[in-house]
Amino acid sequence: MSHHESHERVSVLQSVLSHALLIGAVIFALYPILWVVALAFSAGESPELGPVPVPDQFSMEHVEAVAMRRTDDGTWIFALQLGNSLLISIATALFAVAIATPAAYALSRFTFVGKKLTLGAMLATQMFPGVAAAIPLYLLMDALGLIDTRSGLVLVYATSAVPFAIFQLRSAFDAIPKDLEEAAMVDGATRFGAFRRVVLPTVRPSLAITFLFAFMTAWNEFILAATFLNREENYTLPVVLQRYVGEHAAQWGHFAAGAILVSVPVMALFYWLQRNLVGGLTAGGVKG
Amino acid sequence: MAELGLSGIRKGFGDTLILKGVDLHVADGQLVVLVGPSGCGKSTLLRTIAGLELPDQGTIRIAGKDLTKAPPKDRDIGMVFQSYALYPHLTVRDNLAFGLNLRKTDPSIVAKRIDEVAKMLGLGHLLDRFPRQLSGGQRQRVAMGRAIARRPSIFLFDEPLSNLDAALRAEVRVEIKRLHAELAATMVYVTHDQVEAMTLADKLVVLNGGLVEQEGTPLEVYERPKTKFVAGFLGSPAMNFLEGEVEGGRVRGEGFDLPARARTSGKVSVGIRPHDVYLAPEGGLTLDVEVVEAMGFETYAHGKLGGVKFVARLEGDHRPKPGERLRLDVAARHLHLFGPDGARLAVEDVASEGPADGPAEKKLQATEVS
Repeated sequence: MSHHESHERVSVLQSVLSHALLIGAVIFALYPILWVVALAFSAGESPELGPVPVPDQFSMEHVEAVAMRRTDDGTWIFALQLGNSLLISIATALFAVAIATPAAYALSRFTFVGKKLTLGAMLATQMFPGVAAAIPLYLLMDALGLIDTRSGLVLVYATSAVPFAIFQLRSAFDAIPKDLEEAAMVDGATRFGAFRRVVLPTVRPSLAITFLFAFMTAWNEFILAATFLNREENYTLPVVLQRYVGEHAAQWGHFAAGAILVSVPVMALFYWLQRNLVGGLTAGGVKG
Repeated sequence: MAELGLSGIRKGFGDTLILKGVDLHVADGQLVVLVGPSGCGKSTLLRTIAGLELPDQGTIRIAGKDLTKAPPKDRDIGMVFQSYALYPHLTVRDNLAFGLNLRKTDPSIVAKRIDEVAKMLGLGHLLDRFPRQLSGGQRQRVAMGRAIARRPSIFLFDEPLSNLDAALRAEVRVEIKRLHAELAATMVYVTHDQVEAMTLADKLVVLNGGLVEQEGTPLEVYERPKTKFVAGFLGSPAMNFLEGEVEGGRVRGEGFDLPARARTSGKVSVGIRPHDVYLAPEGGLTLDVEVVEAMGFETYAHGKLGGVKFVARLEGDHRPKPGERLRLDVAARHLHLFGPDGARLAVEDVASEGPADGPAEKKLQATEVS
């Protein structure tokens, strides 16, 4: 009896402790974000906030200033830069998925000379931070005349996005039973037909995740973008953001508003792909 | 419908030779069951017929055409996989229609076929569901339906019932037998299940170590196994084997002494099926009972006979106790004698009851084992 009671007390204590820990973790994670939100919607050039991040005076001035920014000749530069970011990120993601899908399938299903070496080499590329390659990349890009171009930046991003996507998709293909393709081939499909009609639809959630990952790395990348892009009309949003906190003046309100504007598309993309992120599409195909 | 002929099929993976020269003929409309222990090559053989593996040597002829190197899609076969392998992103209807659509079949014909198959297998109410919404038995039916809908000339079954529970398995087994009669189709069926092998097969083929060990009707193979391996593999509980010696018209060993109408002498393995023994006070078998399994209509007495494990099946009302010593007998025609090389020794066809006077003669009947 007493044994039973003590057991219960321990579990209540455990529950209180774990909740306290979790609440602490949530505050720890959210506090900076709340700061950014509060800053973005405060009034004044450099708004001050107390320990509780709530704006003194609610204002959209920073958001407006960032989102509506125009150059002296009247070009809506923010729209241009948002477009750059979207274009470069989507192109990187499409590029990565398009190249990685057949490569990952081959690595998953076939044995061929150099397979291990290929995998090892691709793994090696993931071990270096992108910056480490910045100087050689700069020389290469310069030789190719791709400095300060958006397509050049897409290529640079693809060098790291493609191997990562290959690893992700390879494990996704590995998880699909060979029986499915074989059934399709017996049913009258060629190997490519089986791939297109059975394997690809089945692996759709992984394709979505891979796309999202590649998109996000490109979307958030700052250092390489800052290195390779010179003209303001070619900037991506992270570069734009950084310039609000320059050497001469720190426009924290603008920076915060910009940070929120940068996050919105990613959140939208997550929301849109959420349906695909929920796995279980394979369920039921083979014994279960 | 078509006949299928395999000759000299050899197939290896790396250094391991799985099929070592298999010949097999399946007549038009025949249902051939391939059985054998794990790793005997039965699944590989089936996959070779399907074209999912290419043989290293040998030829495959379907309906008289040499299709040894043809891709699976050109062989006009339907296959039911052990895992069912239903397309998870397609409804039951689209799973059934998949092969027909690939062949650009007229939509009205596709609809008609789906209708037929759904009726045949009772899938009508499931057509709009996805595989994940089906039970194991329903998935199995869809897998069969998918093969049937295309009306292939040959059906291949790769252990199709092994993922079903016992009751369902028995039900679907009967269903397959019915379908075979209804479709009059040529079928090759791989299983390791005794009952499926015995009940479904027109012809039973026992594979062992990549070779055909014996083929024949199920009863032929059961009653006259050509090798000790086949004898031990078919039948449940498995055949008992006692080591003894034939001498003077009798076969003797520790715990047994039986008349044996064999014209051979020397060491033999004596095979006795549990079902072939009966209680007899003067019987030539002495069994020390250790464990008793009473099934109601019959009783299995497990024990030792001359230090060797032995199982006897008794009628339901005989229920010995552990520790009891039983005297059993077996009819001479139910004795299976095997030589040291595992080949069956002629017993039945030697009429003389007296001691063998000629030189020990072995009739090796397992010459097909190459």
